[in-house]
Amino acid sequence: MTLFIEQCLNGLQFGLLLFLLAAGLTLVFGIMDLVNLAHGSLYMIGAYFAATFAAWTGSFVLGAVLGLAATLVVGMAVEVIVMRRLYGRDHLDHVLGTFGLILFFDEAVRLIWGPEGLRLPLPRWLNMSVQILPGVQYSAYKLSIIVVTLAAAAFLYVLVMRTRIGMLIRAGASNREMVGALGVNIKLLYTLVFGLGAALAGLAGLMQAPSLTVQIGMGENIIILAFVITVIGGIGSIRGAFVAAILVGFLDTLGRAFFPDLLRMVLSPDAASTAAPALSSMLIYLLMAIVLVARPEGLFPVSRK
Amino acid sequence: MTPSLTVRNVAIVALLAALVLLPLYTGLTGNRFLLTLFTRILILALAATSLNLILGYGGMMSFGHAAYLGIGGYSVGMLAHEGIVSGFVQWPVALGASALFALIVGALSLRTRGVYFIMITLAFAQMAYYVCAGLARYGGDDGLTIYQRSQFVTPIDLSNKTQFYYVCLALLCASIYLVWRLMNSRFGMVIQGSRSNDLRMRAIGFPTYRYRLICFVIAGTLCGLAGALLANHTDFVDPAMMYWTRSGDLIIMVVLGGVASPFGPLIGAVALLVLEEVLSGITEYWQIILGPMLLLVVLFARGGIDGLLQKVRAKGRI
Repeated sequence: MTLFIEQCLNGLQFGLLLFLLAAGLTLVFGIMDLVNLAHGSLYMIGAYFAATFAAWTGSFVLGAVLGLAATLVVGMAVEVIVMRRLYGRDHLDHVLGTFGLILFFDEAVRLIWGPEGLRLPLPRWLNMSVQILPGVQYSAYKLSIIVVTLAAAAFLYVLVMRTRIGMLIRAGASNREMVGALGVNIKLLYTLVFGLGAALAGLAGLMQAPSLTVQIGMGENIIILAFVITVIGGIGSIRGAFVAAILVGFLDTLGRAFFPDLLRMVLSPDAASTAAPALSSMLIYLLMAIVLVARPEGLFPVSRK
Repeated sequence: MTPSLTVRNVAIVALLAALVLLPLYTGLTGNRFLLTLFTRILILALAATSLNLILGYGGMMSFGHAAYLGIGGYSVGMLAHEGIVSGFVQWPVALGASALFALIVGALSLRTRGVYFIMITLAFAQMAYYVCAGLARYGGDDGLTIYQRSQFVTPIDLSNKTQFYYVCLALLCASIYLVWRLMNSRFGMVIQGSRSNDLRMRAIGFPTYRYRLICFVIAGTLCGLAGALLANHTDFVDPAMMYWTRSGDLIIMVVLGGVASPFGPLIGAVALLVLEEVLSGITEYWQIILGPMLLLVVLFARGGIDGLLQKVRAKGRI
């Protein structure tokens, strides 16, 4: 039972982390109609910046804040230099162009930080476990991820639903030309939205960083998951991304935790232990295929003009 | 219509002549590396040609095309592992398995459009990737070494590098011809019409879903053939053959060469892989040059290299 609660929390934590990535993607998708494969590079860059700044300043929090700011700046620069020219193009052009960006970022990181990868050590106050329920201990670090991502999600909700900028973002998602015609500085709005998405990806990257080595290519695996989530949720829908992210987080974590045992009932222990990790990674894609076959526009389709 | 003497046609004929004569050159100089590199280029060009059929002509942007490379390759690898080395069994199985997978993926994916189609094809390719990574009997993540290449009747010996090169070249040329004939047939017109305006095609009375599905299956089958060749070329198969970045590579080849152009994928494959070789000879950090180059092609050279060659013709005939 304890294990189950712990795994559920892990699932929640992973799902929320994926939501940060997917939210940026779905915003950019929904508003600029841009397929950005290089979103994972921003996730990687956020982690690298945070690890570097944390090592310089000696403070985890300061490193995280500076890393976040730096990722925001990089994101806005990428938008101004490259992405702006891709809007209105074919999705094929987006895929190819941002694939080129991935190559560029991976190699730039290798050039600057070297091929080894970095570590972002946890501060002492996060590197312990806390009692969340009587008899149930949980890592303070993972708990902090849940708290921070929930706060980020709440911030996003307030920003998009309750502020003037959010109103413009929503308006831009439903009818771009009209928003531009009404005198809104669409270019600036796009840069802000892209920067916001980049910052969210960077936040996800730097929070994930302590639990794994900060390395080149770390964005490539997770970005596909983020895409799966945006598609399951319905492209452009932040609410859909949230629901789908939690769903995928749970499915992945619980699948990895309990699927091998289920598999052992039908297969020999040997075969089960080798096949299980691969097959449980497959579950998410299976979910996506089922969702898309049943609802080709995702769970929360965004109606367009 | 007789082919005219344009820069583009001259370039294509020169490229084909160079490809035909390459083994002579490598035979004289003993440069085995070049032959191996170009065999690989031909195989990937075949895969890109098959992708061009759906992506270029059909407007179906599959982001999971590398799955068929993997399925074709694994069919050969798994049969060889079980002691069945006859190419007359291996290759039909490779083609059949790819066709079946394409039929299932296509039947489900073609219900969706746009980005959803990109992502669902990607999802199926990732599933294939994880299934192969989970095949403990066939090496799982580490892949599977093939100890004996596909066996055909006596004069054909795939272990002979020059012969294998010519087999690949012949199959590539046959595929390009097939794609060209197919796309100039009634079937191809329906496919291209459906790319431009699917609604109108259906209104005229074409069941475009069926046409597109058949096109998708043909492309998958052709790519499965490329997979069988690739397995024979590297004597090794592993799940990385169908990772999503490999599908990305294939898309790059098609777009770099020129979408919906019969020779585009070949030009793209040659350009990309030769560029990779050249750049990696110059600097260890070659991708930092390649990435922005791709971006520039997207931004400024629409229609890819083939498009550029055609523009030369438009400016001045020779």
